[in-house]
Amino acid sequence: MEKKNYTISVYSENNIGLLNRISAIFLKRHINLESFSTSESEIPNVFRFVIVVNIDSEKVRKIVQQIEKQIDVIKAYYHTDEETIFQENALYKVKSSSLFEERQIQNIIKDSHATIVTVSPEFFVIEKTGFREDTEKLRKNLAPYGLLQFVRSGRISVSKAKMGISELLNTFKNNN
Amino acid sequence: MNTDKQNIKKNSSKSIRISGAEAVIRSLLEEEANLVYGYPGGAIMPIYDELYKFQDKLHHVLTRHEQGATHAAQGYARTSGKVGVALATSGPGATNLVTGIADAQIDSTPMVCITGQVASNLLGSDAFQETDIIGISTPVTKWNYQITKASEIPEIMAKAFYIARSGRPGPVLIDITKDAQFEELDYSYKKCTGIRSYRPYPELSVDSLKKAVLLIEQAKKPFIVWGQGVILGRAEEEFKAFVEKSGIPAAWTILGLSALPTDHSSNRGMVGMHGNYAPNLLTNECDLLIAIGMRFDDRVTGSLNTYAKQAKVIHMELDPAEVNKNVHADVALIADCKISLKEITNRISNRKYPQWIDRFDELDAIENEKVIDGDLNPTKPGLTMGEAIQMINKHTNGDAIIVTDVGQHQMVACRYAKFNQSKSNVTSGGLGTMGFALPAAIGAKMGASEREVVAIIGDGGYQMTIQELGTIFQQKTAVKIVVLNNGFLGMVRQWQQLFFDKRYASTEMVNPDFVTIAKGYQLEANRVSKREDLDQAVKKMIDSDKPYFLEVCVEKEANVFPMIPTGASVSDIRLE
Repeated sequence: MEKKNYTISVYSENNIGLLNRISAIFLKRHINLESFSTSESEIPNVFRFVIVVNIDSEKVRKIVQQIEKQIDVIKAYYHTDEETIFQENALYKVKSSSLFEERQIQNIIKDSHATIVTVSPEFFVIEKTGFREDTEKLRKNLAPYGLLQFVRSGRISVSKAKMGISELLNTFKNNN
Repeated sequence: MNTDKQNIKKNSSKSIRISGAEAVIRSLLEEEANLVYGYPGGAIMPIYDELYKFQDKLHHVLTRHEQGATHAAQGYARTSGKVGVALATSGPGATNLVTGIADAQIDSTPMVCITGQVASNLLGSDAFQETDIIGISTPVTKWNYQITKASEIPEIMAKAFYIARSGRPGPVLIDITKDAQFEELDYSYKKCTGIRSYRPYPELSVDSLKKAVLLIEQAKKPFIVWGQGVILGRAEEEFKAFVEKSGIPAAWTILGLSALPTDHSSNRGMVGMHGNYAPNLLTNECDLLIAIGMRFDDRVTGSLNTYAKQAKVIHMELDPAEVNKNVHADVALIADCKISLKEITNRISNRKYPQWIDRFDELDAIENEKVIDGDLNPTKPGLTMGEAIQMINKHTNGDAIIVTDVGQHQMVACRYAKFNQSKSNVTSGGLGTMGFALPAAIGAKMGASEREVVAIIGDGGYQMTIQELGTIFQQKTAVKIVVLNNGFLGMVRQWQQLFFDKRYASTEMVNPDFVTIAKGYQLEANRVSKREDLDQAVKKMIDSDKPYFLEVCVEKEANVFPMIPTGASVSDIRLE
């Protein structure tokens, strides 16, 4: 079966140990994570994991079943890239001297639509949000000028289709 | 009368100021856990101190190893239908629980394990007997939680029991730091009735139900495979009604055994690696496979590529994650099988499948001739495991709880033991834990004290938890222990014979004198090696009202057949 990128979105309670429980599901099946990020969701006290894996559709379906089975998981979904809006965020730390000495670097920043976050006498920091190709292209372009540090976030993503977690939580409230 | 219980009930309405340790004990009593298995140690001493104070209400069984505590708790849960409880200290005490927890997880056994932990200010400091039992137990628990504040105890204990017993049951581990056990709290208890992120009983889809009924009505050669879900769902009556009205032949997975009496006319035996010939072969001939409360384990299905491909599949299962995991379901009834069985029985018509049943009978006759007859009526001098089981049937009339370990004796016992009532087969199915039976038998007996409990164990597995004879001795637990001794790790040896050209690498066992060891624990003990002595020896054991040890010396190199080699198709089942 064909492997592709799937974005798994997990809505959960904010409990210690759940991260371990979820990562154990991938570990047990020898699956590497392409990206992982977590934050509070649109609902207070409900957290959201966004996990990207490159596997086939049957595997992702079974994994989502296993994730959803965890007591503290409210609901889990999976989507293909086409079904989501997703971005990554990257930070680039560059020597300040190169900003002034290398004219080309200013063009690179301009062309990439990156933002300068901070400038100090020693270094400056550029921020770029976009697809993997965009942040990667900027990294490659900046590399010759001496990248002091580079870091990229995990994918954050929202689905095009409705997930309806609030409605789901309301039905639980009414049932209990 | 019964003022203690009333006091506790009364106390649950308004709060009282007590220690965390006492709150643990009171919570256990609120959950009707008045029997716990465990082993004390530094980090759980405050709880043990409270056990001392509450010993008239809560009986603690001191096992000889923490693993024994978990298996005993499992045995108790399996025969009583209640949640088993095991206690252990931090570090090695906690890690010794892991095998039993993993066993309970894969066999869906409701169990709550409580471990002591180093004081919260020492967490992460590599303190004496500190281990990350939450991290270690995460993949093998249904849920786990570390308590660091006494005030959390009542709510978390209530949640633990609720999670362990509801839906598809499983083990829960609660780790309590020592300071939380000492700390005081305002205690009041409220049972847990729901958790918003947890839906243990999915609602039966009427649409799927209708589709399932249609498939059943259209089928010419339908076949039922049932698992432990029928027992866990307390659906034995509903299941029997379904089987009888539908007229469909039914076979069991190892954990489904005893849900329907062995001699019920629709009971066609066991499926899987060492199951019966007819149900295995006909899995690949039926036109409708109705799977009830089972999960299509690889030991049941053999190669999935050739498993029941010709058949439509109805899967009745409580755990949505099991549906379409191994075998595609044409119709899935994701719900409590007690409900779905009742609904489906109401909607189907009375049927009979005489020609289809004849197929089972024909194949049964072949298996009888080639395998069963030789197992049960041997002509060679050496005792067979089969005739030992047959003799136990004779003296217990199929009314006993049979606890088995793992290996050849387990397969033979499950194939030949007779069962008249449910919750009578206690074995380690999914994990295949050698050493399970002896401690599990202790719990099984305590969970159903009025019933006869016979543990059937191989000489290998027996020595993995043999120290639990000490528990039997101390508790005077009247279990009957039968060791079928062939001087080998028999199942591994069988594989070595069949698949590794008889290279018997480390499978021969030089055994001690088991009778002497049992006598050392002051158990009545006997050994039998001749056919003419077997009847009397088993009779004497069953007649005893005390714990009893019987060693049966069986043929050294016998094999268990039928057999589906690993990865082969159920159709490739071998009779010899």
